[in-house]
Amino acid sequence: MSAVEKKALFESSELSVQSAEAERKLPSQAPSLPVKKERQSLWPLRNANTVSTERQAAVRQHRANALLCVDNVSVSFDGFRALTDLTLIFDDGELRCIIGPNGAGKSTLMDVITGKTRPDEGSVFFVGEATDLTTLAEHEIVHRGIGRKFQRPTVFGQHSVVENLEIALKAKKGVFQTLFAPRRGPWQDKLDEVLQLVGLSAERDVLAGLLSHGQKQWLEIGMLLVLDPRLLLVDEPIAGMSHQEVERTAELLKSLAGKHTVVVVEHDMDFVRSIAGDTVTVLHEGRVLAEGSMSQVQSDPKVIEVYLGE
Amino acid sequence: MLSVLNRIHSRRGLSIWLGVLLLLAVLVPVLNLELSEASPLHIPTYIVTILGKFACYALVALAMDLIWGFTGILSLGHGVFFALGGYAMGMHLMLEIAGQGVYRSRLPDFMVFLDWKELPWFWLGFDNFFFAIAMALLVPGVLAFVFGYFAFRSRIRGVYFSIITQAMTFAFMLLFFRNETGFGGNNGLTDFKRIYGWPLAAESTKVALYVISVVALLVMYLIFRYIVTSKAGMVLRAVRDDESKVALSGYNPLTYKLFAWTLSAVVCGLAGALYVPQVGIINPGEMQPANSIEMAIWVAVGGRSTLVGAALGAAVVNGAKSWLTGSFPEIWLYFLGMLFILVTLFLPKGLLGGVMARRKKKVAAA
Repeated sequence: MSAVEKKALFESSELSVQSAEAERKLPSQAPSLPVKKERQSLWPLRNANTVSTERQAAVRQHRANALLCVDNVSVSFDGFRALTDLTLIFDDGELRCIIGPNGAGKSTLMDVITGKTRPDEGSVFFVGEATDLTTLAEHEIVHRGIGRKFQRPTVFGQHSVVENLEIALKAKKGVFQTLFAPRRGPWQDKLDEVLQLVGLSAERDVLAGLLSHGQKQWLEIGMLLVLDPRLLLVDEPIAGMSHQEVERTAELLKSLAGKHTVVVVEHDMDFVRSIAGDTVTVLHEGRVLAEGSMSQVQSDPKVIEVYLGE
Repeated sequence: MLSVLNRIHSRRGLSIWLGVLLLLAVLVPVLNLELSEASPLHIPTYIVTILGKFACYALVALAMDLIWGFTGILSLGHGVFFALGGYAMGMHLMLEIAGQGVYRSRLPDFMVFLDWKELPWFWLGFDNFFFAIAMALLVPGVLAFVFGYFAFRSRIRGVYFSIITQAMTFAFMLLFFRNETGFGGNNGLTDFKRIYGWPLAAESTKVALYVISVVALLVMYLIFRYIVTSKAGMVLRAVRDDESKVALSGYNPLTYKLFAWTLSAVVCGLAGALYVPQVGIINPGEMQPANSIEMAIWVAVGGRSTLVGAALGAAVVNGAKSWLTGSFPEIWLYFLGMLFILVTLFLPKGLLGGVMARRKKKVAAA
């Protein structure tokens, strides 16, 4: 999308500018969450930090339907601040789109939530649970119910489609448990159901490496779905997709909202508009620049400035 | 769509392979013991022993295939696990002849030579056959577990891991070369006489060792086949292809790698323990880096992630080695290098993988 198109797009929506100052600290509704500062423990991995019940209550009060809270997270790499005191709250069952220019911290945010990157400060927690997810290993976070789809489709190319789902399946995952796990069982209905949902029933026994780009993306979404995640992180799902594939993907994501909380990171504004739920979050330089409905953020002068540059 | 893997592990592939192994386990001893030496079908005992050695190599190849072909970790240090298993058995065989050595001492000859008065503590218990067998499995297993735990936890992978395993086997070789280490220095352990009361020089003992080696190969093959076709095997292959995705699917890749790695080492130890009584010697030469590299070549030549192919590769390469080092000793290394290059260029899936792919094409064309 060219800059001119972008400008037209923003200007076409109604003007309902919100105070960008207020937007910065808190996610959408007032009152803002008080900023919590905490010393990092000496052994961040051993000493599992827990989130206090007061903090849980504060978030709950702030948003009744909150599922996951990213709480005052800061991350820096060699002095570059990727995220700065970032606070985000995802509601249960919502379809949230996160947009922002390159380097806004979108990928870092996902890395922090999935445990790939440990934040310098702050915590991530499911509202109502004391565990600070940033103290867990990646695979443990998966067991807590967070699934992530990467931008580049990563499926196991040497495994068949159904084997890919079987690997992802929610089951005991220790080595001796899988060693003696039966290969057939009631979960096969679940696999078929997911295959149907992502439209790959016919490709069941095909090696995943032979699928088209779009099919790989759907397979990967399917691999997340068999985990029954509470939170689904989807990173740029339509990059490189054909027009029809984009439409199918939009339908798929919309059909998932409600059952799962879906967070989509995307560049393509048309796509975001076609799937956007109630809330869109705009990240910029590691902070929340704006949050609100699609039309609200589109008309936000700060957002327009960031997206178009000076 | 059936992959090569699926067809090799199909029922039919299984029955062919089991049939061949059973035939080898039964027919070879019969041809050796029952036929007169004049008969054209008679198999001389030295051939039986060579085949027994090949069975041990095939065991090593299976172990290599599990960790390299299926889990994607190229070890260039498996020789050390093989040698440690061999040493455990060698220590037992040394103590078995206590009092009958050159010096008529209850200590092994090399200790008398070093003027040692007592058996070192780490030799205690090895006069018991079953203790020695247990150690042949446990020592490589524990070493692999500890080594693997730290290497995998530090996310060392790829060529870095391979290089470290090379360094490990080299370090062990230097350690075992020292006389003071207590394993016979560069001469190693040799001059064995009996195993579990049976004279090693007797034909029947040699044939029995051969049969035990082939049966061990058969049993380990069945166990490995079970592993690679189980859900755990599916995860191991996934670890090979995309480890971080496996972690994101909720598995801990560390435990899977550690499992395959340790099991692989234990099986190498078993192979070493079966090998030593058949060749009659174990010395630090078995820990040469080149030996471990050769093990990887067996698997590459036979075909990775096939199990059967790896075992066949071990037999083919060693068969060629036996013949060439006997007839044209100077060209063996050139041949080995050439074989490796040719297989890599023209049969990247190894001999078995290549044959299966060709057959598949024929079926498709028909």
